[in-house]
Amino acid sequence: MKVAVLRFPGTNCEFDTQYAFEKLGHETELVWHEKETLPSDIDMVVVPGGFSYGDYLRSGAIARFSPVMKAVTKYANDGGTVLGICNGFQILTEAGLLPGALKRNNNLHFISKHQTLRVENNDNAFLKQCEVGEVLNIPIAHADGNYYIDDEGLEKLEANGQVLLRYCDEEGNRVVVNGSVTSIAGICNEKKNVFGLMPHPERALESILGSEDGLKMLKGFGA
Amino acid sequence: MTAIVNVFLKEGVLDPQGKAAHHALDSLGFEGVKDVRIGKQIVLQLDTDDKAKAEAEVKEMCETLLANTVIEDYNIEIK
Repeated sequence: MKVAVLRFPGTNCEFDTQYAFEKLGHETELVWHEKETLPSDIDMVVVPGGFSYGDYLRSGAIARFSPVMKAVTKYANDGGTVLGICNGFQILTEAGLLPGALKRNNNLHFISKHQTLRVENNDNAFLKQCEVGEVLNIPIAHADGNYYIDDEGLEKLEANGQVLLRYCDEEGNRVVVNGSVTSIAGICNEKKNVFGLMPHPERALESILGSEDGLKMLKGFGA
Repeated sequence: MTAIVNVFLKEGVLDPQGKAAHHALDSLGFEGVKDVRIGKQIVLQLDTDDKAKAEAEVKEMCETLLANTVIEDYNIEIK
């Protein structure tokens, strides 16, 4: 599989993301945000984490207008697989490729720590290697990770199995981490080809560094 | 002309900054504050004298970029 990893001014997780996919045996290519097209031979696009455009105005609000995002939107609308991690998730919600929005954390802090997550749905390309109810240990690092969606939107997400992950304790019980609606940490679109999550699976690749659960998650793509 | 855009989180969307400021005001002994909402103000200098045109343009700017209408409301004042 070949993975395009986008790069905006302020992106800082692109190399970790490349490392993760290469560790899984995939080829990767960095794509600068000014490119108007994506490489023709890719199987997936990843919008990695960081602070695109300094998070000015709102996280992801400016990056979504980068030339490359037009190509990503077309790619996603044609059924291509797109994953947004952290700032990438924010960019995808701002671009309207994923529902809802990410607000400032309830406690106004930048939260950076290992966090347990419960797998809520696995009938999708991303989490098909995981079990529903399984608890994963993945780092989080964000100030604007407080997921908001209105009641009607939440109902749709639930009904269609679009909630991917929720923040939980080690037993899998929901916990409030940043104020997200029903502790949501990650979602996908209705067609289940666009995925977004605040936690960083690309930072959980080696047990010596705390967890290799990220590998298990990312293995789903291309499997 | 000058356009002043105020962007606030929608009613019903919890405003963590407003809540923190409210709590701080309470702690400082300022009584009788019922609610605090914190937003941002964006001031635009426009190269036009046509108020209607300016208003329409700024509205489009808000819908496209300046506000995220999933969570935010905005109002526009043209001077």
